Amino acid sequence: MTLIEVRWHGRGGQGVVTASELLANAAIFEGKYAQHFPEFGPERAGAPVRAYTRISDEPIELHTGIYEPDIVVVIDPTLLVNMDILLSGLKRGGVFVINISEPPSELKERCKELGAKLYYVDATKIALEIFKRPFFNTPMLGALLKATGIVKLESVHEAVKRRFKPEIAELNIKAISRAFEEVRSA
Amino acid sequence: MGKRLGLTGNEAVAYAVKQADVDVIAAYPITPQTVIVERLSEYVANGELDAAFVPVESEHSALSTVVGAAATGARVFTATCSQGLALMWEILYIASALRLPIVMSIAARALSAPINIHCDYSDVMGTRDAGWITLFAENVQEAYDNIVQAFRIAEDPEVLLPVMCVHDGFILSHCLEVVEVLEDEQVRNFLPRRDRPNVLDPSKPITLGPVGLPDSYMEFKRQQDEAMKVAYRKVKEVGKLFGELSGRYYDVVHAFGVEDADVVAVCMGSAAGTTRYVARKLREKGLKVGVLKIRMFRPFPKNEVRELLKGAKLVIAMDRATSLGGAGHPLQMELATTFYTWRQKPLIMSVVYGLGGRDLTPMDIERMFNIALEYAKKGEVPEEALWLGLRE
Repeated sequence: MTLIEVRWHGRGGQGVVTASELLANAAIFEGKYAQHFPEFGPERAGAPVRAYTRISDEPIELHTGIYEPDIVVVIDPTLLVNMDILLSGLKRGGVFVINISEPPSELKERCKELGAKLYYVDATKIALEIFKRPFFNTPMLGALLKATGIVKLESVHEAVKRRFKPEIAELNIKAISRAFEEVRSA
Repeated sequence: MGKRLGLTGNEAVAYAVKQADVDVIAAYPITPQTVIVERLSEYVANGELDAAFVPVESEHSALSTVVGAAATGARVFTATCSQGLALMWEILYIASALRLPIVMSIAARALSAPINIHCDYSDVMGTRDAGWITLFAENVQEAYDNIVQAFRIAEDPEVLLPVMCVHDGFILSHCLEVVEVLEDEQVRNFLPRRDRPNVLDPSKPITLGPVGLPDSYMEFKRQQDEAMKVAYRKVKEVGKLFGELSGRYYDVVHAFGVEDADVVAVCMGSAAGTTRYVARKLREKGLKVGVLKIRMFRPFPKNEVRELLKGAKLVIAMDRATSLGGAGHPLQMELATTFYTWRQKPLIMSVVYGLGGRDLTPMDIERMFNIALEYAKKGEVPEEALWLGLRE
């Protein structure tokens, strides 16, 4: 495996940064090298936020932004109003994973043009049922795993157990597993 | 072998400070250094670290507090950046002139105005002449390793100088990476408690920091300068000892591809990895480029710079700070002086990049190397710096 770069899109308060951090830690547990960094700036609830993850089998020398991601994960469907930003730089043959019950036809067409694979899952529903709160981040991590196999499900479970208190970890593992099962390819 | 953890630069620094078993911490939080202070106060609060944590009202007081504590023989730590470091300025000189082995972490950040919380070295370059040993980290692992080594260097009886460990604000302070940490016991053994001369002790009263009038001031400064020369040697020695302990050997510089390079980019901090990444790709295409990372900015590693760049036609000085109105920019001036006072004088091309956190992209670096190769061919460089990534 060579270097894989992931860009996460969400809104402040939804756990975008945590999802990226969990992914990086999961890769580190597997003995891989990883980097996670948030997009820096004033942190405001509701404002669009990005986070980035790099994963590699070899030490990572790069310390620069990610401009041409292999994978884009969108954890808030309302960000689709600006589809160009979400698709910006996505590599040909890349993967686009979004939280949505049914992807709009325009998104399907744009992904087709880019040769990108489109995956979707209703993470909002999963989050509201399991957490009773809009934490779409960990379900989307589950969806990403199924779509790409970038790290093992068990590694993410381990990362979650180390990150959260047992009762919270259990809910997150449930959300991740459910999204893992429910994610669909468009 | 130690544990393999996922840590941010700030977390790695705090972890190393905890393992160093410091006695006194005084610090004031400032973005992007805040997490260091938060973690250390947690370590003290939950009993993982038996230290006095002094919450102060400003950075001036933070450094003054550790100056006082260090004068009693305590092992001390503080951290800051940007405006906070600027506010410490007058105490910086006192800390080094009193020969106090203070370790300070800097999450490098631009100076205002305009207000900017992102990385550049304008804060650190302001301390250039303050008599502190200054080490730069390229990644989170080095941020951790430098802190451990810093205590050993600072407290060496032949050195007794403060050490500033710089890691790039946000780029490293908030970047989570793999860090191999040592066992607590390994760090304790690496940092034995040593008796220090001239500590404040009520049973043996002495005066520290009295007046030094024209009859003695110059001699004090000369002694500090001599201590810096010893520090040069000691940083190298400690880097080797640390390598024997951890498997990660350190020198005052790190070279890539310089043996046959026509053009060598000289840089510090996180830029080194990205620049090496690009240089490697260009070398695969047959372009003769190399990278020299300056790990130790003070004392400046003149000998290694001369030795490793002796074959280069052109040297790129990559500055993440400016000296407005100066004859050059900080790193450029160091390199120019290093070569002007020596027999060989490669062309020096000045590049200013990354001010206020402007990202240094592989594309920018490739462009920089290509421009430099052209100048190397022509045998001349422009007097003005190339401002990389500037919107024009």
